[in-house]
Amino acid sequence: MTEWTNEPGLCPLRSSGPRPAGLGAQAEVEETLKRIQSHKGVIGTMVVNAEGIPIRTTLDNSTTVQYAGLLHQLTVKARSTVRDIDPQNDLTFLRIRSKKHEIMVAPDKEYLLIVIQNPCE
Amino acid sequence: MAPKSQKQKSSGGQKNPKRDKTKQALPDSEEREPINMESMGHPEIYPLVLTTQTQEILNCRIDKDITDEKPYILIKKEDILADFQNRGAVSDFYPVRKVIQEYPGDELLVVYDKDFRYGLNFYLIGTEEGKENYLNPPEVPEEQEEYKEHTPEDVYVYKPPISKPWVSLGSEKEIEEESVKESTKQITYMISRKRSEFGAPIKFSDQNASSVKDAYIECTAYPDRHFTLKQLEKDVGIQGVPKIKDTSTQTRWTYPKNAITQYYPRELSEEEKETFGQSKSLSDFLNNTSISVEIALQQNEIMNTFIDDWKCLAEEESTFGDKTDTHLKEYQSFTDLHTLTEKMVTSVSWHPTIYGLIAVSVAVRLSLEERVHFSGKLLLQPSLILFWSFSDPIHPQLMLESPDDIFCFKFCPSDPNIIAGGCINGQIVMWDITAHADRIENIKTGGSRRKKVTLKPMFLLEPDSNKEAMYIRHCAVSSIENGHKKVITDIHWLPDTFEINRLGAVFENRNGICCQLVTCSADCTICFWDIRPQKALIQQPIEKKKEEHIEIPFDVPSTFLHLDLSWKPLTKIRLSKGETSLDHCPTKISLSEGDLLYKAQEGMEDKILAQSKAVKAGEMNPYHNLEGGLANHLKPIEDFCTKFFVGTEEGGVIYTDWKMERDPETGRLMTKKPVSLYTVHDGAVHTVQRSPFYQDIILTIGGWNVAIWKEGVMTGPLLQSSCAPKRYTAGHWSLTRPGVFYIGREDGYVDIWDLLEKTHEPSLSQNICITMITYIKPWTFSAKQQFIAIADYYGTLHILEIPWTLSHPSTNEVSSINYYFEREVKHLEYVEQRKKIREQEKKEMELELEKKKVKTYQKSKEQLEAELKLDYESYLELEKNTLVNLGFIKVKETISFVDL
Repeated sequence: MTEWTNEPGLCPLRSSGPRPAGLGAQAEVEETLKRIQSHKGVIGTMVVNAEGIPIRTTLDNSTTVQYAGLLHQLTVKARSTVRDIDPQNDLTFLRIRSKKHEIMVAPDKEYLLIVIQNPCE
Repeated sequence: MAPKSQKQKSSGGQKNPKRDKTKQALPDSEEREPINMESMGHPEIYPLVLTTQTQEILNCRIDKDITDEKPYILIKKEDILADFQNRGAVSDFYPVRKVIQEYPGDELLVVYDKDFRYGLNFYLIGTEEGKENYLNPPEVPEEQEEYKEHTPEDVYVYKPPISKPWVSLGSEKEIEEESVKESTKQITYMISRKRSEFGAPIKFSDQNASSVKDAYIECTAYPDRHFTLKQLEKDVGIQGVPKIKDTSTQTRWTYPKNAITQYYPRELSEEEKETFGQSKSLSDFLNNTSISVEIALQQNEIMNTFIDDWKCLAEEESTFGDKTDTHLKEYQSFTDLHTLTEKMVTSVSWHPTIYGLIAVSVAVRLSLEERVHFSGKLLLQPSLILFWSFSDPIHPQLMLESPDDIFCFKFCPSDPNIIAGGCINGQIVMWDITAHADRIENIKTGGSRRKKVTLKPMFLLEPDSNKEAMYIRHCAVSSIENGHKKVITDIHWLPDTFEINRLGAVFENRNGICCQLVTCSADCTICFWDIRPQKALIQQPIEKKKEEHIEIPFDVPSTFLHLDLSWKPLTKIRLSKGETSLDHCPTKISLSEGDLLYKAQEGMEDKILAQSKAVKAGEMNPYHNLEGGLANHLKPIEDFCTKFFVGTEEGGVIYTDWKMERDPETGRLMTKKPVSLYTVHDGAVHTVQRSPFYQDIILTIGGWNVAIWKEGVMTGPLLQSSCAPKRYTAGHWSLTRPGVFYIGREDGYVDIWDLLEKTHEPSLSQNICITMITYIKPWTFSAKQQFIAIADYYGTLHILEIPWTLSHPSTNEVSSINYYFEREVKHLEYVEQRKKIREQEKKEMELELEKKKVKTYQKSKEQLEAELKLDYESYLELEKNTLVNLGFIKVKETISFVDL
C-alpha cells in the first residue's frame, strides 16, 4: 500500500469528519464503503473473505456470489503467479479492464475488496 | 588332312629358323582355325581375298568369269592344291587350306562377294551341303513362298531360337563388379561338448574380464596425428521431445451413467456478517485498502488511459463515393402524363418492403370555389393513388381508385397490402391489394414490357391499351355521417403493440397486427378507428343493407366489407379552445412510438401466442380473419403515455392527451384539456414528426420557421429558428443521421439542416423544381443507397439520391446530438431560472423603490406638522401679544388662558 502514496499529483480523497465514537469499527466500515460507492461511475462494491464468501455488498445476491467466487480464484492465481516469479514479491492490487467496466481487487491476508467501476465515458 | 598339315607344320617349323619373323606368322596361322562366318549363321562360309593374279590363275576374274548373274565359280580342288604347291603360302587360299583339304568333293564353290557382306571380296563355301544350298537356292525360297501362300498371313510362323555361342559384349565385367564375393575366407568354428553335459542345468556367473589373464584382447584407441581429417559438417537429426512418462492403470468399468452436480454457493448468515462487520480486522483492512482503491478510481475518473487517440481522431475511412459531394443527385422523376387536369401531389409513401416502389396520392389543383364550379367535371375523373416503380417511369404499376381526392394515406405496417387513406370529404378509404401483390413484387422481371414502352411513341399509348396498369377499387369507405366532416389532414396506423377502447384507455393488442387508425381532420376532431367488425352494432347495418343494397363488384376483396359505408369511429376527440373561440384545427399528429420495453418483456409471449393462433387458423392473412377484439378481456397497459403532439392550422403546437375523462357535472365523456399549447409558427404546421433516433424529440415545421421540441420540457422549444426568406412547405427528419433534417420551400428549394454544423440556418440549399414542394419522404434501401422523394405542386415526383456525407452518420453523432439537446434543455432551464431570478430582482427593486417613496413621504409629513405647530404657537403668541397690546385681555387672564 505504501507504494501508492509515492505517485505525484494524486491525493486520496478522505473526508475527515467526526465519527461517532460509540459504534466504532462498524461505522467506519460502513462509512468507508459508502465513500467508495459514491465515487463517480462505481457500479458496485463488495467485501469478500479469504474463502470467497461475500461479507458486504451493494449488488444483488446472485451477482455478488458470482463475482466473489470468480474473482477470488483469480486473485489466488495472480498472487501465486507473482510469488512464483519472485518469492519476495507479493500482489498488492489487481485491475481488470474490460470493454464495459473496470474491476478492481484489493487483496489482503484475510479479505478482498472488489470494486466495479464504469470509467469516464 | 591332319597329317599333311602336320607335315606342313614341320616343314614350316623347319623353315622357321631360316626364315624371318614374317614367316613365323605362317605357322601361327596354320595352327589357327580358319575364320568362318559361324557367328553370322553360316559356318560354311569362309571369306577370302583373291588377288587378280589368283583370279587369273584360277579363271575367276571379276567381270569376266564372274558376273552378276553368275557370281560364283566352281574351282576344282586339284587346281587349288596345285596353286598351293606352286605358290605355297602366298596363295590366297592358304588361310582356308585346311578346309580345302578336308573338302570331300571335287569342286569348291567360290562366290564373289560384291557387297563385302562377309568382309572380303570372295568367300568360299566349305561344305557340300552349303554348295548345294547355294547352287540350288531358288528351291528354298520357292518352297518358302509356297508355304506362305498356303497358310493364312496372320499366322505367325514360329521360328524357334537358334542357339548361338555367347558373344561377350562386356556385360560380364559389370556383373563381376556388382557381385559380392567374399574377399576373405570365412572362419568356421566348431565347438564340441561332452554328451553328458547336454541338458544339464546351467550356472552363469559374472567375471571381470580384466581379472583373468588373456581373457580379452584390447585394441585401444589412440590419437593418430597423421590422420587429421576434420569434419566440417555433420548432418544430424534432432527432435525435441518432452519428457514422457508412460504409466498405465486398469480401471473397473461397470456401466455408463449420468452424473449431475447441483450446488449452491456458500453464504454467511446475517449474524456472521454482523460479527465480521464489527471486527477490527475488517476495518483495518478497509482503511488500508481504500486508499489505493480510491486512487485507482480517481485515475479512471481523470482520464481514460486506454483510449486510442488516433483512432478516435480519424473519421471513418470507408466512405463510399466522393466526400466532397454533398448535393442530392437526381435519380428519377415520375409524372402521370395521362391526366387531363392539373394535379398536385399530396402525399408520398414508399412501399415498406418492395424495393423501388413508391406510392403517390394526387389531388386536383383547385381551390374550393373552383372545385364547386367544376364539380361535374371532377366527378368523371377518378381520384387515384399511383404506384410508381423505378423500372418504369412512364406507366404506374397500380392505380388505386378512391371516391374523392386523397390528401393523406399510409401503408399498414403489419401488412403492406392494406392501405388506408383520408379523403377530402372526410371519409377514410381502405384498399386491399393482396390479389395484386405478386404483380408489384415482380416488377423487376418485366423486361419485355420495357421494350414495348420504348418502341412505341408516346402519343400512341393510351391508358386503356396498356393492360398492365389496373384500376383497383377501394374495398371500404367510412360512414359519411359519423366520420369527419371536413378534409382529413393526417392518418396514422396505431402500432401493433397496443390498442385502445372507447374511453381511450390503452390495452394490449393480442392480434399482433395493426388494427386501429387515428385520423385528424379540419373539423377540429381527432378520431380513432378500429378496422375490426363491431359485434354490438350488427343490427344497424343489417337494416341499412335492407334499404340500399349496393352491388359490390366481384373483383373487390371482402376484407373490409363489414366496414363499408358503416364504419364509425371508436372515439372522437374534439380540440376545443374554449366555449367562445374557434376550436383548434389539427393538421398533423405525432404519437409516441409505443413502449418497446413492454413489448419485449411482457407482450412477447402474448404476441407469440397470437401469431401462432393466426398461423393455426389455416395460415390465412390475419386481416382476412379479423375478429372482434373487444369481446376478449384484454389486459390494460399501465403507465402508457397517452399524450401526443398536434400541429394546428393556426401555427400552434398542442400537447394533449387522448384519454377521455368523465365530466363531473354532465357525466359525459369529454376530452381532457391540452397539457400545453405553444404558438411558435406563423403559418399552418405541416410537419409534426418524432426523430427516428430519439423518442422524445419532435420536429415541427410551419409557416416560416422550424422548431424542435422535447417531450416533457414544457417551457418551450429547444430550438426555434428565425424566419426564413421563403415559406416552408414540407419537411422530414433524415433517417440515418440524427442531426439532419430536410425542409422544402415554396420556391422549389430544399434546405438541408445539419445541427452539428449550423443551428441558425440551413447548411445546404438546393433547387429541385420550379414550384412549391408539397411532400418530402426519404427512404433507406441499403447502407449505400438512400433516396429522398420530393413531390411538388405540379404533380411531379422527384427521386433523388442522398450522397454519402448526408446519409452516413459520423461515429459519435448520436451522442453529440443528444448532448446538444441536453445542453439546450439545460439552457431552457437556465433561462427559466434566470427568469425567476429576474423576477425576484425586479420585485426587490420595486420594493426598494416603494420603500424610498414611503420614507420621503413620511419625512415631509412630520416636518409639516412640526412647522404647523410652530406656526400655531407663534400665531398664538402673536395673538396674545396683540390682544395685550390692544388692552382687551389682561395679562393675567391671557396667561391663564394660555396655560389652560
